[in-house]
Amino acid sequence: MSYVPVAQIPQSLDIGRTTSRKQGPPAAQRRYSWVDAFFRNLTRFFALLVFSLLAAIMVSLLIGSWPAIQATGIGFLFSSDWDPVKEKFGAVVPIYGTLMTSLIAMLIGVPVSFGIALFLTELAPGWLKRPLGTAVELLAAVPSIIYGMWGLFVFAPIFQTHVQPLMIDSLGRIPLLGALFEGPPLGIGMITAGLILSIMVIPFVTAVMRDVFEIVPSIDKESAYALGATTWEVVWHVVLPYTKIGVVGGIMLGLGRALGETMAVTFVIGNAHRLSTSLMAPGNSIASALANEFTEAVGDIYSSALIELGLVLFFITSIVLALSKLLLLRLSRLEGERS
Amino acid sequence: MNFKRFSRFAAAAAAGATLSFSCLAVDITGAGASFPYPIYTKWADAYRKATGVGLNYQSIGSGGGIKQITAKTVDFGASDMPMKPDDLEKNGLIQFPAIMGGVVPVYNVKGIESGKVKLTGPLIADIYLGKIKKWNDAALVALNKDVKLPDQAISVVSRSDGSGTTFIFVNYLSKVSAEWRSTVGEGTSVKWPTGVGGKGNEGVAAYVGRIDGAIGYVEYAYAKQNKLAVAQMANKDGQFVIPGDDSFKAAAAGADWAKAPGMYLILTDQAGKQSWPMTGASFILMHKTQAKAENAREVLKFFDWSFKNGGKMADELDYVPMPDPVIKIIQSEWKGKLRDASGKPVY
Repeated sequence: MSYVPVAQIPQSLDIGRTTSRKQGPPAAQRRYSWVDAFFRNLTRFFALLVFSLLAAIMVSLLIGSWPAIQATGIGFLFSSDWDPVKEKFGAVVPIYGTLMTSLIAMLIGVPVSFGIALFLTELAPGWLKRPLGTAVELLAAVPSIIYGMWGLFVFAPIFQTHVQPLMIDSLGRIPLLGALFEGPPLGIGMITAGLILSIMVIPFVTAVMRDVFEIVPSIDKESAYALGATTWEVVWHVVLPYTKIGVVGGIMLGLGRALGETMAVTFVIGNAHRLSTSLMAPGNSIASALANEFTEAVGDIYSSALIELGLVLFFITSIVLALSKLLLLRLSRLEGERS
Repeated sequence: MNFKRFSRFAAAAAAGATLSFSCLAVDITGAGASFPYPIYTKWADAYRKATGVGLNYQSIGSGGGIKQITAKTVDFGASDMPMKPDDLEKNGLIQFPAIMGGVVPVYNVKGIESGKVKLTGPLIADIYLGKIKKWNDAALVALNKDVKLPDQAISVVSRSDGSGTTFIFVNYLSKVSAEWRSTVGEGTSVKWPTGVGGKGNEGVAAYVGRIDGAIGYVEYAYAKQNKLAVAQMANKDGQFVIPGDDSFKAAAAGADWAKAPGMYLILTDQAGKQSWPMTGASFILMHKTQAKAENAREVLKFFDWSFKNGGKMADELDYVPMPDPVIKIIQSEWKGKLRDASGKPVY
């Protein structure tokens, strides 16, 4: 590459820096500079709008939940009492339900998504890749309330009559873990909600995983194969380390959806404001408590306790997002050290 | 002119014509309880066919109805839980009952048909408190000697959302069980000691229909439409009655509306040999001073028409229409209390 000294740059390419002090920018540039400024300010406005919307939501949530914060204080986060008649509210049951159903959804959804993405990129014959990929994407297009209705009318009865008795009899007998699988088979409950959520989370995580798996440079994979590695070894030692960051990002995307999912969970979680060790028992999640009770909440403290639940969910999602960013940062730093 | 311009002109003219036509009728808006939603929409449909005035009713729940009418965003609010006279005064509202219905206990036990199980109020309270856990509990067996109750856990189904149906149910339980009154209390939403929560009457009906050994409570129309087994109950006079039109009417007949200030009357646990213990009325709330007198007049005309002509429709849907003496009391309430901005009576 050869350098062209500034003085030899022809007039038509002049960016205005050398001549502007004496003559001002050329006419064409003057005509477009206001367009530039307008565009710059417009995009700046949109960015600021996002910030201010976020701030406005936080402020309105705080204002809305102020009566409940005053009445219950920090005990709100540690009490499991939810009594609208005596006006005593505690968020432990919804928080536990939200976290538990999301955990079940992730525990089941991530390995399945990994398997689907792996199959789509490495193992599937060419003619199957596109229809299977489209089918997985279609799962994401199904409205969440349809998942809820399907879960309540189709999945829950089958689960109750065929799967749950088996689980209670076999897994319920394990000494410590068995406590998670006790109780009468109701069909609905935390575990059903977790299973439905895992089905909803799979398309998102699969899509991201498949995209990152596909951009692994084939030279790395071919080299591994040439050295005699099996498909599994290639995936574990070449593909996954290369796509670590994308995979973690996809998982966080799925987790974000699971935490906020409302209608599907409301239909099948059983809506009981009680803590229970068993996963078969009904529970409650923050989003489903809000969906069920908000329109009918009578009284200031009741409504503002529900808004405070919304504020808590806002914080949980922010914390999860922050943790994921931290994890990604650490992973990329480790990557930098290694290479 | 060419076809494109002509079609655009025709479309504009048609739109203008329809818009101007709809401006002639004043549409009325209401919001609130889901308990009477089926009958209000049926009345609204027939009323529109008869007079051309439309009613837009949103079933968002009794609490929502109260919030909307207090905020004056609708012409009338609907609530299954009547407001106490002091609250009516404070908010400047009047209330009147529009329709009555019953809340019935439903169950799903294999092999036991509808109407065979007998229950009493205190027993239901104990079941919902979690004290009676199995169908073949001694207390239930003693009452149901001619039915074989199985050794099965009772799966209790309650409501997850706030509701007037819940209010009628827990109000009755509070009247008959001191423990219920002190532990749980009454309201549109309570702290259920046990059980799963269904969303709406539909949710409870769905759960009871699917879970073997379940018990729940729904408004009678839902039990009938979903073909759920209903239980007999013992009323205040100690008689066992089966829910239906007759027992709801019997409970309503005993109600003394004339003596109720602000028409605040709860129909649970009424005396009478045939009375159904868990009957309730659904109330309409309106502001005493009407800023939009024309809308208020349309609302009153609608309810007048429904009281006169809606009886058969109510019977078809298993609601109980207000009897004539009560309609006279309601109309005198309208004459006496509703005023427009200048002080003139609206009705």
